[in-house]
Amino acid sequence: MAKVIVVTSGKGGVGKTTSTAALGAALAQRNEKTVVVDFDVGLRNLDLVMGAERRVVYDFVNVVQGDAKLPQALIRDKRLETLFLLPASQTRDKDSLTPEGVERVINELKRHFDWIICDSPAGIERGATLAMRHADMAVVVTNPEVSSVRDSDRIIGLLDSKTAKAERGERMEKHLLLTRYDAKRAERGDMLKVDDVLEILSIPLLGIIPESMDVLRASNIGAPVTLADSNSAPASAYFEAARRLAGEVVPVAIPSEKRGLFGKIFGRRAA
Amino acid sequence: MSIFSIFSRQSSAPKARERLQVLLSHERLYLGSSDLVATLREEILAVIAKHVQVDSDRVNIKMDRGEHVSILEIDVEIPLNAAVKAA
Repeated sequence: MAKVIVVTSGKGGVGKTTSTAALGAALAQRNEKTVVVDFDVGLRNLDLVMGAERRVVYDFVNVVQGDAKLPQALIRDKRLETLFLLPASQTRDKDSLTPEGVERVINELKRHFDWIICDSPAGIERGATLAMRHADMAVVVTNPEVSSVRDSDRIIGLLDSKTAKAERGERMEKHLLLTRYDAKRAERGDMLKVDDVLEILSIPLLGIIPESMDVLRASNIGAPVTLADSNSAPASAYFEAARRLAGEVVPVAIPSEKRGLFGKIFGRRAA
Repeated sequence: MSIFSIFSRQSSAPKARERLQVLLSHERLYLGSSDLVATLREEILAVIAKHVQVDSDRVNIKMDRGEHVSILEIDVEIPLNAAVKAA
């Protein structure tokens, strides 16, 4: 049974695209056929993060409008044969996607894939509501920071009211992915802690992605972080999150600084 | 600003947490009720329009939710020369 997941946040720049790519590549490495779909028409970026920007010929809008068939628009990843990308259009405006067209494409994808991961645009407008419309599950990407938490709360409200699942009276499964978490700053009391965010948003935790240079390094070279450096801390956190998405029970370890005696004495002054 | 302020600096996260809790408890109520207010506005307007001519822009409906009691405020402006439709 295909699962449709929306990766959403309300606020921009919190890591939706990074997380879509990383989770997509992590699920595909489990040998499950995965497609990542860019819903950010006009400002596409998932192609760039996936390193497929020069291979885009047809896009999501072409398929919705019937100018191309779905297999023509799907781009198979060069590193993982179970991973595919459906890019957004860069030239059309955001109203080019119609609710009927999106539903048709999602239904067609469901016949061919195990996982369909929809990368939502920022905001709460049409693009964001279309991306969440047909989801079975939502990954709410949040930074431990006030404006991000507030916007996530708003998005949770929309997930519970504006999705097809909510309209059918079913419960939308929502998971919190806390990104750019800095354990040191949280411990010092200068950043919201995991428990603070969980208590405020009251949805289950999917994973904690530590703030890391490896994320930028991966996007620089055009590879999901779970492919670029699969042993890095953010990659391990994404791999674990992917296992939880797949229904495995994996305890979430709250990252804390492992410090030696030297670090204990001098570490707190740094950063 | 002295060197001691480094040590006496209060942590900011509890403040963030508190501000968010207050703000969100308010926003959740307001956003949750916005559909209700819109429906009320429409229906109240329809009832009044049956008897008096009113400009739909001159109807103001506000819902104030307090901890113990909510106040529904309806403000309808009826012009002096409004035609009374039904006697």
